[in-house]
Amino acid sequence: MLHIETVYKQFDNGFVALEDVNLQVNPGEIVSLVGTSGCGKSTLLRIIAGLDKATTGSVSIHHEVINAPHPDVGIIFQEPRLMPWLTVQDNVRFGLEHLSRTDSDAITAATLAKVGLSDFAHMLPRQLSGGMAQRVAIARALVTKPSILLLDEPFSALDAFTRTKLQDHLLHIWEYDRPTMMLVTHDIEEALVLSDRIIVLRGNPGRIHRTVTLDLPRPRKRTNTTLQQWKERLLTELDVSMAERSLAEI
Amino acid sequence: MSNFLKTNGSKSAAISTASATRPYRPPKRRRAARHQWAIGLIIPITLLVLWELLSRVGVFPPNLLPAPSAIASTLWSLTVTGELVEHIGITVFRVLLGFLIGAGLATVFGALTGYSRFAHQLLDPLLQALRSIPSLAWVPLFILWLGIYETSKVSLIAVGVFFPVYLNLMSGIQNVDRKLVEVGQVYRLNQLKLIGRVFLPATLPAYIVGLRSGLGLGWMFVVAAEIMGASKGLGFLLVDGQTTGRPDIIIASILLFAVLGKLTDAVVASAGKRLLRWQDSYSSHHQ
Repeated sequence: MLHIETVYKQFDNGFVALEDVNLQVNPGEIVSLVGTSGCGKSTLLRIIAGLDKATTGSVSIHHEVINAPHPDVGIIFQEPRLMPWLTVQDNVRFGLEHLSRTDSDAITAATLAKVGLSDFAHMLPRQLSGGMAQRVAIARALVTKPSILLLDEPFSALDAFTRTKLQDHLLHIWEYDRPTMMLVTHDIEEALVLSDRIIVLRGNPGRIHRTVTLDLPRPRKRTNTTLQQWKERLLTELDVSMAERSLAEI
Repeated sequence: MSNFLKTNGSKSAAISTASATRPYRPPKRRRAARHQWAIGLIIPITLLVLWELLSRVGVFPPNLLPAPSAIASTLWSLTVTGELVEHIGITVFRVLLGFLIGAGLATVFGALTGYSRFAHQLLDPLLQALRSIPSLAWVPLFILWLGIYETSKVSLIAVGVFFPVYLNLMSGIQNVDRKLVEVGQVYRLNQLKLIGRVFLPATLPAYIVGLRSGLGLGWMFVVAAEIMGASKGLGFLLVDGQTTGRPDIIIASILLFAVLGKLTDAVVASAGKRLLRWQDSYSSHHQ
């Protein structure tokens, strides 16, 4: 259970990134945060991750107020952020240091299998494609079996084809343990395909502008008419300029 | 668009060619590559032959520039008497001891000022000020304080080694990717583990550059130290050759400095290469 209560965030330079953000995310729910760039969605995610602190207000996980990264939270960043000196396997193992070698070996192997990278366990990050590197990052986040998974524009640096494939893959992985997922994205289609709920943030300062609940079964077809209609509406609502809009549809 | 190109670029090509199941091993050097070092020998050997020929026909006066063969025979006679081994031994000893002390201290200070903001504010201004003193300016003071024997020589070398190692390590640590550090924080590594598992490996490339340039300066300073006053060592041989009018001895010592400098650098460089096999750099694709 994730509670976000009246979060207000002001940076040192005086910029107010978030104002009066209230949100509750239920176990196993997939929630997307969408909004134009600079609306504070990544900042909110970083606060939940414990990497930034809210100026006022609080975030609590399992009724425990967050001040630092929580062990039950996994994070997938926009970039894979793999340690270039570690093999795929050792990158995945990064968060398992407290376990014995045998235990961590077994968990690492199982997780690598989950993301379909068992054959690449001994490779170095520089030998991987962008999509594979991001799958390693997903495996690294999953390996501690977090009940909450935070994803900060996880597929935005990938090409359209790989992105679609990884979105499906993510859902497939989600099926195993059904973690709560909170996904920051600027790709409305991605949000529509994945989420139970879409939170639209609007800057600035960033506030929750509206919430869309999607009660559609998954996996969802990207061509689904309901989704297409929502896409149109949300794009209009976000005041996306024509230029940005055409980019978002690439 | 650029991302699209990136993911379909050289990286994915590397995957399809590398073996999928075996542990990572760097590709074996091809036969041709094994002989590539010979290319670097073409010009030196040509020059050497020309030098010998021109000396023999009397173009170079032997009292200023003796023939390579004359230098070789001088080297040989110094070797036979055992003198050379002694000179080389003491010089190498001074460089290595100075290097260890200088690099050791630089590692401690560089790590401190790179990692801790407070230590940086406290120590870096002073160290930068000291760095701007030409290191040879220390010589008279060191001799006055520490005498003319080993201590002052080794100290001078240590000072020379210190700064490049310090600077590279400090800036290396400061330039560690914040994004990787955050990954460490997400997994709640404590300070010590964060240093060991993120900062240390990430800083290694810069540190090795620092060690190599520090070692180079160490060789420079051992000459200075031995010229100032020594009864043994390659620097002493240089001065000895000058006072006794023996250019062959001077040139022989210079050549020995070149060989020893190159050898010690190669040791550090190859250790570095082994440790930095993971780097995705231009040169790692063109070995």
